[in-house]
Amino acid sequence: MSWFNEHILTVLILLPLAGVGLLLSTRSLGNEFVKRGALLISVLEFLFSLILFIGFKPMANFQFTEQTVWIPAWGISYSVGVDGISLFLILLTTFLMPIAVLASWRSVEKSVTSFFISLLVMESAMVGVFSALDLFFFYIFWEAILIPMYFLIGVWGSKKRIYAAIKFVLFTMVGSLLMLVGILYLYSQTTAQLGAASLAYEDMSRLVLSSGIQYWLFLAFALSFAIKIPLFPFHTWLPDAHTEAPTAGSIILAGVLLKMGGYGFLRFCVPLFPLGMKEFIPLIITLAVVGIIYGALMALVQPDLKRLVAFSSVSHLGFVVLGIFALTSRSVTGSVIQMVNHGLATGALFLLVGMLYERRHTRMIADFGGLAKSLPRYSVVFLIVVLASAGLPGLNGFVGEFLILSGSYEPHPAAVVISALGIILAAVYLLWMVERVFFGPVSEENSGLKDLMSREWLAIVPMIVMMVWLGIYPKPFLDKIEPSVDKLVKDFSTAISETENTPIILNRESFEEVNE
Amino acid sequence: MDLSQYFTSADLAGIAPEIILTVTALFVLTLEMAKLSRPGIMLLVAAIGIVLAGGALAQAGNDERILFGGMLRLNSFTTFLDFLYLAVGLVTLILSQGYLEKKGSEIRGEYPALILFAVIGMMLMTQANDLVIVFLGLELLSLSLYVLVGFLRHNLYSNESGLKYLLLGAFATGFFLFGAALTYGATGTTNFNGIAAAIASGAILSDVFLSLGIGLLLIGFAFKVALVPFHMWSPDVYQGAPTTVTAFLCTAPKAAGFGALLKLFATAFPEVHGEWQALLWILAALTMTVGNISALVQTNVKRMLAFSSIAHAGYLAMGVLVLDSSVGAVLFYLAVYSVMNLGAFAIIAVAEKEEQGVTFEDYRGFASRHPWLSAGMALFLISLAGFPPTAGFAAKYGLFSVVMTKGYIWLVIIAVLNTLVSVYYYLRLVVNMYMLKEEKVLRPESGIFVIGLIVLLAAAVLLFGIAPGFFLEITTTVKL
Repeated sequence: MSWFNEHILTVLILLPLAGVGLLLSTRSLGNEFVKRGALLISVLEFLFSLILFIGFKPMANFQFTEQTVWIPAWGISYSVGVDGISLFLILLTTFLMPIAVLASWRSVEKSVTSFFISLLVMESAMVGVFSALDLFFFYIFWEAILIPMYFLIGVWGSKKRIYAAIKFVLFTMVGSLLMLVGILYLYSQTTAQLGAASLAYEDMSRLVLSSGIQYWLFLAFALSFAIKIPLFPFHTWLPDAHTEAPTAGSIILAGVLLKMGGYGFLRFCVPLFPLGMKEFIPLIITLAVVGIIYGALMALVQPDLKRLVAFSSVSHLGFVVLGIFALTSRSVTGSVIQMVNHGLATGALFLLVGMLYERRHTRMIADFGGLAKSLPRYSVVFLIVVLASAGLPGLNGFVGEFLILSGSYEPHPAAVVISALGIILAAVYLLWMVERVFFGPVSEENSGLKDLMSREWLAIVPMIVMMVWLGIYPKPFLDKIEPSVDKLVKDFSTAISETENTPIILNRESFEEVNE
Repeated sequence: MDLSQYFTSADLAGIAPEIILTVTALFVLTLEMAKLSRPGIMLLVAAIGIVLAGGALAQAGNDERILFGGMLRLNSFTTFLDFLYLAVGLVTLILSQGYLEKKGSEIRGEYPALILFAVIGMMLMTQANDLVIVFLGLELLSLSLYVLVGFLRHNLYSNESGLKYLLLGAFATGFFLFGAALTYGATGTTNFNGIAAAIASGAILSDVFLSLGIGLLLIGFAFKVALVPFHMWSPDVYQGAPTTVTAFLCTAPKAAGFGALLKLFATAFPEVHGEWQALLWILAALTMTVGNISALVQTNVKRMLAFSSIAHAGYLAMGVLVLDSSVGAVLFYLAVYSVMNLGAFAIIAVAEKEEQGVTFEDYRGFASRHPWLSAGMALFLISLAGFPPTAGFAAKYGLFSVVMTKGYIWLVIIAVLNTLVSVYYYLRLVVNMYMLKEEKVLRPESGIFVIGLIVLLAAAVLLFGIAPGFFLEITTTVKL
């Protein structure tokens, strides 16, 4: 058992791939069998991932680490580990995957095996992204997600699926290829500075990089993360991808993939390029605030439920970016927990919209009305999720937004004041949508719909439980996040103050330059 | 007559693989002439010849050997490339089984024999340590290819591309020969080491001759490996040639061209390499950009892959730019590039029928009828586009990181942006296979060997992508 615990991350990365093998070898037994197999694998994966949660000690260091030399010629090793920042993102991934499988139970009809294979490959890669401690492996996992997602949107999506799929891939790749240039630069620096080629995370922090270099490296990495999360104005791929993707794709996209951007900022930009990052804080905070308001305003006018939820993601992720770049312990902790919250709430919203689509084959708000009468249980569940998304105290959304805003107020009061408007707007667009969909007269098409089935209950209840738990008693989660975040923020301010306290060197250099 | 004053038994032992291939090729031709054999048997004989040659090559080992009084220089670099040529030749022979008949032609003994001669030519090209031998190898390769490209006698496209290749190839040969002559005029020797010594000691007749000579040699090679602006022939030739020949043409000769070019610059012109960096930089950037952008608008899959191979030549040209340190990365790239392209062309050859099976539209709905072939094609395309965890990514990573280490940041940025462009056209075929409704139906036909081969190539793409470690151990120890 101890062997198992020590290699739990590798197990979590490989189990879904083993699941792919299982599905391939049993697909002749029929689609029902394949679905059950996928569910079994994803539930097993979630149960295994609980070992991380139980065994994780509230300290700042990486835990459950493993390291094996992988490509000696390039100095690359397979190295994984989790800290307080990545822990809950991994758990979120494994938590959402069984739900995504359940959400696809009836809605996926063609090429069922391939669909679940894509999901499982993605799960493996997502766990890999959040646990990789070698930039080479990080990049491999980061990019490996694109192809299955591309197929999910392109093959099983709705009308404009091909356009959305290509747009998703190209947008993401612009960023990630420039990140690759940054990685290659770091790689060349390790040979020059440390004497041996390496892309290990701990070696990266040993590199001495001038602030000019850090500026460009930050840009190369940040663009990739900004597109992923997505930060205004790099968000335009998101509404298309979310809307056209099948329900499971939307859940994973909103629930996990967007968080890879926020995770990237925290894991790489803040600790590795603090001097470069410093220069961009005002710009990115501004973009985040613009995104919060813009996303909310766009969500207000969307006629399509999925598009509305998609734009609400732009708005909500703006808060996450704000919290990260405010760089106080409180705000960053808030961002981490908000990423989890958003994954739960938006994942649940996409799930619920997907259920509605299965019943009515439309997502247009105008086609609905009075669903509270025809689908009473569904309506209650939907309302709870909407309130969590809107940040009602007692549900999870509130905790994250509160931490972010209160933590960011001191360094950026104006941004916080404007962002708070975003919360109000969130309540407006969400509740207005609820009013149009669930209240008012019931049309003929909307009456006589079937209320939640047991499979759907199975998918949605765990999410609601988590929303309430995180809303009422987030302490067990925050305790595990805080040490890592504290260290991150402290290291950042040390790095900044070190350069500010050594003006002599800078002055002498500039003095000499003038003399020459 | 005493032959030992011309060569020793060690010299003969060194070219044992070439001798085996020559004998096999002549044997196959004799079989054809005597009407003794069926086409399948001749392919088999040729394949056995290649395997034997490979055995002889493995037997000979990796040691540095200078043969025929400095005409050939064999070492780990040439051995690696020789294995690559042999492997590509073998794969091509296996693929050809049944292909020419399907296209309404017949396999004649010339076909396997010419492939063997082409392989011998390539081996000589990179083993050469003298401009004359490079020229010999180049001509043997080119002449074989001219015939192979036009092998479908009743097909207009095939004829056209054969003629086109011959005419433009003759030009390239002329450039190369003129360059060799000028270099000889400037340095007084055609031996690589002699040229290097002459340049190093300053014993040069004229700097202008030398520069012109190097420039013309470079143009000659640029024609052969299709660097922009000397690439015009390749899309037409790739499109018209029998697909099996295209698969051969776009992999092994490219490796031979780059191998010889690397060796030429590294052993004959190391002193002046610095002066050519700006030009090589521009050639590389131009080639990858023009290749990728032209590939975007193609409607014919073979043509798209032709432009894609131009783009890949652009990436490889970066290897010539950084020279010494890039040898391992270039060899790894060449091997991976060959595997991916052979795989993609193998599937095209399998799916192809008469005139069909070449445009993007023909592949619509391919996935629903042939899930495994489509999955293979998608894998090869994804690898060509450089997505991890496929071999294409590992190869790109290795090459780009060397270029980055040498400080060519902007070239790397241009290269990755090109990669982005390439994603679009590779995925367009995936879109057609997986996401569009079927219009025409391709009916792939293939033998068990061909399918086994595709599986093997696909496995290699994944293996080199996920765990390239063991293979890199080989390529990184290779010395020019």
